[in-house]
Amino acid sequence: MTQDDTTRHDGHRTGQPEVSPHGDPHDAAGVVEVRGLTKTFGTVRAVDDLSFRVLPGRVTGFLGPNGAGKTTTLRMLLGLVRPTAGTATIGGLPYAALQRPQRVVGAALEAASFHPGRTARDHLRVYAPQVGVPDARCDEVLALVGLTEVAHRRVGGFSLGMRQRLGLATTLLGDPRVLVLDEPANGLDPEGIRWLRDVLRHLAREGRTVLVSSHVLPEVQQTVDDVVIIARGRLVHASSLAGLAALTRTGVRVTSPDAEGLRRLAEQRWAGRWRDVPERPGTLTIDDVDAPGVGHAAFLAGLELHGLTETSVGLEDVFLRLTGEPPVGPAGTSAGGASAVGRTGPDGEVAA
Amino acid sequence: MSAALRTEYRKLVSTRLWWVLLAVTGLYMAFLGGVLALALVLGDGPMTGLPTGDGPPPPPLDDLAVALSVYTLAPALGYVFPVVVGALSVTGEFRHMTITPTLLAEPRRSVVLGAKLLASIPVGLVFGLVGTLAATGAGAAALAASGHDPLLTDPDVLAAVGRSVLALTVWTVVGVGFGSALTNQVAAIVVLLAFTQFVEPTLRIFLGAVEWGAGVARWLPGAAGEAIAGSSFYSTAGLAELLPWEQGLLVLVGYGVALAAVGRLTTFRRDVT
Repeated sequence: MTQDDTTRHDGHRTGQPEVSPHGDPHDAAGVVEVRGLTKTFGTVRAVDDLSFRVLPGRVTGFLGPNGAGKTTTLRMLLGLVRPTAGTATIGGLPYAALQRPQRVVGAALEAASFHPGRTARDHLRVYAPQVGVPDARCDEVLALVGLTEVAHRRVGGFSLGMRQRLGLATTLLGDPRVLVLDEPANGLDPEGIRWLRDVLRHLAREGRTVLVSSHVLPEVQQTVDDVVIIARGRLVHASSLAGLAALTRTGVRVTSPDAEGLRRLAEQRWAGRWRDVPERPGTLTIDDVDAPGVGHAAFLAGLELHGLTETSVGLEDVFLRLTGEPPVGPAGTSAGGASAVGRTGPDGEVAA
Repeated sequence: MSAALRTEYRKLVSTRLWWVLLAVTGLYMAFLGGVLALALVLGDGPMTGLPTGDGPPPPPLDDLAVALSVYTLAPALGYVFPVVVGALSVTGEFRHMTITPTLLAEPRRSVVLGAKLLASIPVGLVFGLVGTLAATGAGAAALAASGHDPLLTDPDVLAAVGRSVLALTVWTVVGVGFGSALTNQVAAIVVLLAFTQFVEPTLRIFLGAVEWGAGVARWLPGAAGEAIAGSSFYSTAGLAELLPWEQGLLVLVGYGVALAAVGRLTTFRRDVT
């Protein structure tokens, strides 16, 4: 990827007085800001008073289950859908107000936006005049995404993965400072996901703003620095990935033949942090403790233990808990709690 | 706007459909030109019983009428191809969802539509040239082979041939306007074929049969297109009365502009999801 300063810094710096604590204060042109964004289709509130910021130099995951309103939000950001209320700006300007928008924002919305009869190279050549780049740039970006060998093949015969690569190539044509990619990992094989991760991390290291949507956290977990999580059109969480990881918990599942003794010990030492495992008498889960701590306490209390396992509520569980339906039962029957029971192992390590 | 025009040009030439339709236009017009020329001079047409040696010289109008009918077949029957090509330049974007990258590249929707309308002019010119030259070439060859003067140097004939090219060019623009008003590709093609091949001809026959009808029929788009060329086998056969060519041009351009305006205010204003 070449850094072309003349195209990278001709952006619009006005209208963005606020300086983010994370980003380079001189790079407000790359900030994506969504404020109070709302869209109703008939009686459905597809996006509901959504606000968040996306900063340059970082990969931001825009996450939520299918139907959460991600694509509608991105389409409003890109001027394709008119918001019912609120604003979405890039460097302080709405997309439609950008001069040569594709020199500022590269966006790929769905893998199907290709004329099947056009070759990969022709697809890029179609947009090159409006992006304002020579045809040679088309060959450059095809090489960047590894499609040089199929440049002269019709897109109709492309796999989903190849289309995703061509979509990414289209976004890179104008060497933009902001990239917006809707579900770019869809249809990629594990090798392709790894390749995409390297490309996106590289683009962010160059100081670009990279916004990627996904409906599955693990797909982008190792790629993103920040997360913006929405569900049913509303923001449910926005932080760095570390901030999300802080919501993960480790705990212990412990079994004793002396159910009463175990409960007594738990109430004494970890009041409010333990609960029974349903239909497993003598088995408890305890939050925010580790196995040696529980084992030691049991030893001091003279309590016989038959099982002692560390459990964790991993990132994925946190994500599911945030985006799932609100829990209806008592703690422990919510999506996160339930899967925590069945899930042991080093999930928490990912967060580190 | 020039970038948008280059983009539109590249969109067209990077697909195959346009030259398939162009080839069909040429073949169809050549076939009809030859057949109509022979039918008019060999059959029970206006040239029957033409004296060869003695008697008064043949009235030049008859030869001219035949030549004009044959050489203006493109605006009478062949215009359906350029109008479909024009419509596809818009409906194809919605069918293949390339309207998304198109509007990302140029968010000003009026510019997108304007570029499509303008870019269709050279395309229409090519269809006009191919369609008109095919009908004229085959027709003239058939006339010459059956011993008649093809009148290819006659100024009236040349003017009609030139305006036939113009008529097909305008038809392409009308197609773009129509496609922007009706973006569903299948529906657009069905409506275009039904209207040009069935609804309007039927309407013109019906209107021709009633007293007030001829005045109305002249304003239909097909009749306006024929008026641009100044003649057609419909009018030669007494089936239609045409507007003066300048008015025909204005009327047909008016259809294109009106349809594009409808498209701009409806489909081109909607959310692209």
